[in-house]
Amino acid sequence: MDLIFEKSRIGRGCTVLPECDVPIAEIPKSEARACAPRLPQMAEIDISRHYTELMKRTHGVNDGFYPLGSCTMKYNPKLNEELAALPGFTGVHPLQEESTVQGCLAVLEKTEELLGEITGMDQMTFQPAAGAHGEFTGLLLIKAFHKARGDVKRTKIIVPDTAHGTNPASCTMAGFKVISVPSNEEGCVDLEKLREVVGDDTAGLMLTNPNTVGIFDRNILEITKIIHEAGGLNYYDGANLNAVMGIARPGDMGFDVIHLNLHKTFSTPHGGGGPGSGAVGCKEFLAPFLPKFHVVKIGDEYAFENPAQSIGSVKAFYGNFLVVVRALSYILVLGNQGIPEAAGNAVLNANYMRVKLQDTFDIAFNNICMHEFVMSMTKLKKEKGVSALDFAKGLLDHGVHPPTMYFPLIVDEALMVEPTETESKDTLDNVVAIFKEIYKNARENPEAMHEAPHTTPVRRLDEVGAARNPVLKFEKWK
Amino acid sequence: MSNLENLKYSKSHEWVEETGENTVKIGLTDFAQHELGDLVFANLPEVGDDVTVEEAFADVESVKAVSDVFSPVTGVVSAVNEELMDNPQKINEDPYGAWFIEVKEVSDREELLDSEAYKKFCEEEA
Repeated sequence: MDLIFEKSRIGRGCTVLPECDVPIAEIPKSEARACAPRLPQMAEIDISRHYTELMKRTHGVNDGFYPLGSCTMKYNPKLNEELAALPGFTGVHPLQEESTVQGCLAVLEKTEELLGEITGMDQMTFQPAAGAHGEFTGLLLIKAFHKARGDVKRTKIIVPDTAHGTNPASCTMAGFKVISVPSNEEGCVDLEKLREVVGDDTAGLMLTNPNTVGIFDRNILEITKIIHEAGGLNYYDGANLNAVMGIARPGDMGFDVIHLNLHKTFSTPHGGGGPGSGAVGCKEFLAPFLPKFHVVKIGDEYAFENPAQSIGSVKAFYGNFLVVVRALSYILVLGNQGIPEAAGNAVLNANYMRVKLQDTFDIAFNNICMHEFVMSMTKLKKEKGVSALDFAKGLLDHGVHPPTMYFPLIVDEALMVEPTETESKDTLDNVVAIFKEIYKNARENPEAMHEAPHTTPVRRLDEVGAARNPVLKFEKWK
Repeated sequence: MSNLENLKYSKSHEWVEETGENTVKIGLTDFAQHELGDLVFANLPEVGDDVTVEEAFADVESVKAVSDVFSPVTGVVSAVNEELMDNPQKINEDPYGAWFIEVKEVSDREELLDSEAYKKFCEEEA
């Protein structure tokens, strides 16, 4: 399939502007660009066909099962889209007078209030554009807090070995040193090891609970206490909040600052580079450090305020505002009964699949899990040479998106499965049958597994070549 | 699984070659590169950096994951094989030729295995 730039033809276009009914203002020469931007020139029908063809070659939640662990690829209700498309939301400009966008500010304020209730946090910013961006912002809050007290020796962040790869990366970006703490045989934080690494250089801890092996760390109160007693703060990575939303609150577990992935837990679109939202919540004592453009309600009026010791802006204006509209729509539709019920169904679906699969597959830490569980393909790899990667590619031929692969790092040949709450029993039964069929094929005909997928628009991609010799721009116009 | 007999080995799969008095070269074993798969990036220390026994001194990245490389000795980095940063595949192609760093002033070292013992250790791990 050609790129849109290759389909471009000089002079073709689809803009029909009405006659200009105001005086034409010339752009000052100093501000004007030297040449027109090299955008593709195409007719509307060709653009439409181009994107329709691209759409046919992708796999999203609207196409089929998408159990990407720790990513919560839940269904995005169409009602969210309808509300986010209201002209009062789409037709505003970030520099408009506050008095003319009171409805938009009300959305930010209301969403902050409701998410605060769900998470046990006091204040929130919607500036960060995605999860890792939220982590970075939250770590800057922790850094600003210690710095404001003149406590500059706190340079280390403790991260469990089951953590998302973004956690250590965000720590490094924020100028901290990462201390990895191992898990015990139950897949949870080893308390003894944690006690060994805390000290007066501990700035904080980053933790996902439930963690990436799908287990709720029952020692959570002890963990956060150990950190607090050492003088550090606790950061909650909200990637796995879906398992506990409306049931258990990070704020009650001893966390001081959190990020939420609205594009995971609160049903806004996810993936494909589209806008996300990594809202960051914090306890009152961290609120003075929040990024700029925090919405406050004074009487009946809404206004932006810049917190006193703000870390500054982490993104232009207020973040991806229309994503927040979608999240608010989701929360209001489900309400305080629907939110915990969704979490319960996510946990139920994961356990249903886990139990159905456990006679065939090795499940890591096989116990009642939360919203996800991890399978290990080690035996299949050793006995038949079929790896987790081969298995994942095999799933593509059945119209199923693969689970997260080779993660968490503490499980070899890992496949991490998160079905989410919106899948029916019929869908789960069908997928369980597909998993078992592929397993059977892998044992009987392992060689063929190395050839999968057969039915996708592209076969196996050269990941190694892409990483070693990346081609990062369209070369035709170089 | 090939091992060279004149080298010593750590349980975290680094090889150590004595290159002079209190000077060693360190690299990743064939077993390690095989387990990691095709490497696409290697991050190495600089000459003059300190390395500490059983602490990470470098990391290597495959398409699957980033992994730490641990130092079997304590000392000072006296040379770095910078070619690996441009051509990490050398580690896969020739693990015992693709040394990572040379360390001088070695003051401490972990208990290392000889090639026979390391071979056995790998068989148990596999």
